[in-house]
Amino acid sequence: MTHMDNVCRSKRAAEVDVSGLVLEDRVHTSLYSDPALFEAELDKVFNNTWVWVAHESEVPESGSYKTAHIGRQPVIVSRDRKGEIHVLLNRCRHRAATVCEGKRGKVKSFVCPYHGWGYALDGELRAVPKPEEYEGVFDKKDFPLVTVRHETYNGMIFATMKADMMPLADFLGGAKKWIDLFMKQSGGYPMKVLGDHRFRFPGNWKIQLENTTDAYHFPVVHKSFVSSLDEQTSKVFDFLDGDGFVEDLGNGHSVMVMIPALVDLDENLDAPIPDRFQEFAKELEREGRSEQEIRRLVRAVGGTGFNVNLFPNVACSMAFFRVLRPIAVEETEIHHVALGGEGAPAAFNQMRMRLHEHFQGPMGFGTPDDAEAWERVQKGSYAGLDEEWILINRGQQHLKTSQDGNVAGAVCSETGMRAAYRQYKAMMTAKA
Amino acid sequence: MNELMNDVTAFIYKEADMLDFKEYQDWLNLWDADGIYVVPIDPEAEDFSNTLNYAYDKADMRKLRVNRLTSGEAVSTQTTPKTVRAPTRFRILSSDSDRVKVRCAQHISENRHGVLRTYPADVTYTLRRDGEDFRIVEKVVRLLNSDNHLSSIGYIL
Repeated sequence: MTHMDNVCRSKRAAEVDVSGLVLEDRVHTSLYSDPALFEAELDKVFNNTWVWVAHESEVPESGSYKTAHIGRQPVIVSRDRKGEIHVLLNRCRHRAATVCEGKRGKVKSFVCPYHGWGYALDGELRAVPKPEEYEGVFDKKDFPLVTVRHETYNGMIFATMKADMMPLADFLGGAKKWIDLFMKQSGGYPMKVLGDHRFRFPGNWKIQLENTTDAYHFPVVHKSFVSSLDEQTSKVFDFLDGDGFVEDLGNGHSVMVMIPALVDLDENLDAPIPDRFQEFAKELEREGRSEQEIRRLVRAVGGTGFNVNLFPNVACSMAFFRVLRPIAVEETEIHHVALGGEGAPAAFNQMRMRLHEHFQGPMGFGTPDDAEAWERVQKGSYAGLDEEWILINRGQQHLKTSQDGNVAGAVCSETGMRAAYRQYKAMMTAKA
Repeated sequence: MNELMNDVTAFIYKEADMLDFKEYQDWLNLWDADGIYVVPIDPEAEDFSNTLNYAYDKADMRKLRVNRLTSGEAVSTQTTPKTVRAPTRFRILSSDSDRVKVRCAQHISENRHGVLRTYPADVTYTLRRDGEDFRIVEKVVRLLNSDNHLSSIGYIL
């Protein structure tokens, strides 16, 4: 980061003040549409905290890479010859061209397409054409791809542009327990990314952030999904009057438990096999799987009953990772990452993918309706003069203290949104 | 061969017309009972059941998809009132007394929220001969931008 960069960044960020725009029970509508705010968010939020970039299974062996973004910045997640993971800015040190395109794959090195500078998987600059012209100008060892600090928790790789950012484990804090519970759904096998659905909608990234902690919309927006389920399963998804809850986990994170019976997938292994997984259980039986393994796989295959919303860009959402990428003030890209078990029975991963396709993605039975609602929020938010607000006050007077000592509200409360916006406000108003 | 090409293109034009004019029950009847409708993500994918797709529909899921499109319960399906699709560039890849495999190009345009979008795709059909007619055994829609981000698709490709 050069001095000039810092000057430009702080100048942009200084132009906005959100202190009067984010209140405990409401946020101002301009948060969805003010371009200056969006630029400030990239600096003060996305460049200033831990941002999820990959799951370890996406870079399984030496030479594996995945491209990702920290806010608007393109990065590469790579695994070098020694098996070490690196997060590197996807930018040639010469004239800034990206050195890696594509979603994921395997390479021996990263070569800039413009002038042929070649970098190793750990970012080291190995070769430049016409090296004699650089004699006395620079030393290659001083110009590797820029390394971004990263840390991993339970397979989830986060990176940060902030040099003195607190350790990842501290940042995740109360969310760690829920991430650990979430990871149980790989059925006793290592968690593995099976693919992802990617789509964009014309709306602000915070509309999506809110949605992952919004149970209130489910029976309305997802009526057609619920109608496509068998009777027993549709009852499971009828959770608004149940014992679920939303808990503020600190640092902007929250968990929304919709189906309490599906919190710990190691428990209740003796429960009857649900109707929708009968055929799946029979298939495992035909393969000669043990009763114990069948029970474990059946219990895990549908995922958990909760969403962990991690501020700012990722959620462990029932059975998948939801990743958001801010493109512009009114354009957001969403990835729904399907998960399964490495080495698990093919039938298990197939069932996981079919369930994912059923709800998620641009042709799923759920996502398109979500996207429609988000798009309508963005459009509607332009109505009115300067006095229009977005309400996040539901359940504010019915709060209790959770087992872990956190603030919690009913499953349909807006506790998770308030948690996210509290963190947002703290970051946006922090002195540089 | 020309006769076969005529029969096949007539069948695929008919399917396209049914989908554009939302004659979904008739569309369901075009299918073989074991037929599979696939919209892959990975342009190279061949083993569809072991790959994540946008859609991987056997008979029961096709029926549920049609229910979703026609029930009026899904808000996203109400804002895509019309699609116009044009299959073209037909080529018969193989044929025997039982089956015909045919590939074509398909351009679908949609008008959603006043934005006109086009989804070009290569579509491969495996058709089973059924008397004078055909039944669809497999339909694979490979969107030109399948590997990229898409927008909501509230209809059948």
